[in-house]
Amino acid sequence: MTATPVMVSPPRGRRVRHERTGWGTVLLFLAPALILVAIFLVYPVFSTLRMSIDRGLGGNFTRIVGLDNYISLLQTPSFVGSIVNNVLWIVFYTTFVILFGLGIAVVAMRVRYEATIKAIVFLPMAIAATALGVIWAFVYATDPNIGLLNAILGIVRVGPVSWLGDPSYVNAALIAVGIWGSTGFATVILSAALKGIPTEVLEAARTDGANEFQIFWRIIVPMVSLPISVLAVTLIVNVIKLFDIPYVMTGGGPGNASRVIAFEMYKQDFSAGQFGKAAAVAVVMLILLIPVMAFNVRRFRSSAVV
Amino acid sequence: MSTNVATERIAVPARETASARILRSLNRTPVHIFLGIVAVIWLAPTVGLLVTSFRPRTDIQSTGWWEVLGTLRFTLDNYASVLNANGMGRAFLNSLFIAVPSTLLPLLVCSLAAYAFSWLRFPLRDTIFLIIVALMMVPVQVAFLPVQQLFAPFKLTQGFFGIWLAHTAFALPFGIFLLRNFFITLPRDLIEAARIDGSSTLGVFRTIVVPLSVPAIAAYGIFQFLWVWNDLLMALIFVGNNANYPMTIQVTTLLGTYGTEWHLLAASAFLLMFVPLAVFFSLQRYFVQGLLAGSVK
Repeated sequence: MTATPVMVSPPRGRRVRHERTGWGTVLLFLAPALILVAIFLVYPVFSTLRMSIDRGLGGNFTRIVGLDNYISLLQTPSFVGSIVNNVLWIVFYTTFVILFGLGIAVVAMRVRYEATIKAIVFLPMAIAATALGVIWAFVYATDPNIGLLNAILGIVRVGPVSWLGDPSYVNAALIAVGIWGSTGFATVILSAALKGIPTEVLEAARTDGANEFQIFWRIIVPMVSLPISVLAVTLIVNVIKLFDIPYVMTGGGPGNASRVIAFEMYKQDFSAGQFGKAAAVAVVMLILLIPVMAFNVRRFRSSAVV
Repeated sequence: MSTNVATERIAVPARETASARILRSLNRTPVHIFLGIVAVIWLAPTVGLLVTSFRPRTDIQSTGWWEVLGTLRFTLDNYASVLNANGMGRAFLNSLFIAVPSTLLPLLVCSLAAYAFSWLRFPLRDTIFLIIVALMMVPVQVAFLPVQQLFAPFKLTQGFFGIWLAHTAFALPFGIFLLRNFFITLPRDLIEAARIDGSSTLGVFRTIVVPLSVPAIAAYGIFQFLWVWNDLLMALIFVGNNANYPMTIQVTTLLGTYGTEWHLLAASAFLLMFVPLAVFFSLQRYFVQGLLAGSVK
């Protein structure tokens, strides 16, 4: 694999021999990065694997217990619940972010103020998830003088509903915040992909009598399927790493109703002092992300060889 | 909804009759209504927070922000009390003090490494690079326990040094990937010409590669700055000293402890959003570029 695409080679005679760079120079450029990567990324992977098979109570890693931590996790309701919640997030968050993103991108293409709409929808991407949490804590507030949603429901004499305090609503409420926050990302990515579809294709379909609905499902969707799949992978990674929104808005509650896996790891580590179990949760997260790792490496290789 | 974007641009000028134009705009009314609803849904929550942050406490408790036209009283008191009494001023400075070095350090380390991966020749170069691309997916959670143990004897979480190092290290795989993809597109002739003229490798890097890559480096720098400014999790783990807490932690604490002190919450959340919004509006072009280039993170 050559890193640089084959280009016009310089005239013979003046051609520079592609000799190896001296080790001193290579190290000058690479050493800072390699040292940091080794300490903060490579070593921790092995160290966490080792800790995950240790009892590790209170930070003493002296008693190897095999897979006990993993087995005990499976018997911990808050861990199982966090996995279930992550699955809910993956299904609903990913689907709606892509649907809304694609819908807004397709419709916005038809108007002059496209850039403005995209900027408005994209805005939440720039601000902290902590701020998103506060913004939506206002929207969801039970006091109808604070909470916009309950104020609207009050007009039709419903509620007030405790969106964040009721276990049957809390996950839907948090996932909605996530969707609101990420739709702009999907809109921008998919809008760029849509611009790549040749207009001749769309015109040909229209001449052949296809309606807008058919054009959307039969032409646009298949032609942006690769960007959609890359986007879906990115969103799923977001979900697996998701921490801020539940931490800020509900603290995983009410009870453990809105915990997610990254939150569970934090709790096992800092509140429960169960370091062995915390390490095991981290390993589970890593395992969930390995397919994505493989996907990225393969995608990178296939694009780099060209 | 059956208007065609492409033909419309070509066919519209001059010839159209008035009735056709009215018909066409009627035809597009659903499009405008849909986009109007989208704009309201994506603006209203943020605008509500902004309006609330300027309203007096008693007004916030008695009427909704959407009724602000009925009261029309605004104040800066909320900001004053948040900045002074609730330590947000200190937290704001802490956030800056965490984010600036955590942006500059990765920029330096990543561009050096990205240059090595794109223009130097050494064995296993592409293998090492692929390993680094793969490491992009390692969740920070994996590093929590081991790095805490490493930091403990040096008390690195007491100051800012620990969080700078942690942010820098976790930024590397993505930053190197992004910058390397840009560096390899630089014209080979230019770099070889400089070498023939006797420039050292470091000289080529400084005088040719970096100046030509300013857009890419800026895009990555903005991305990294916002990433760090908005980070909560890494700060919770690697900032051990309460006095050094950034805004994200302090705002979360405020939401938890004073659940009903809405006036303080609104002002502090807006302070937290202010810097990213300013960056976003002034440097939007770079920001979106960086995002498109790095949609794998």
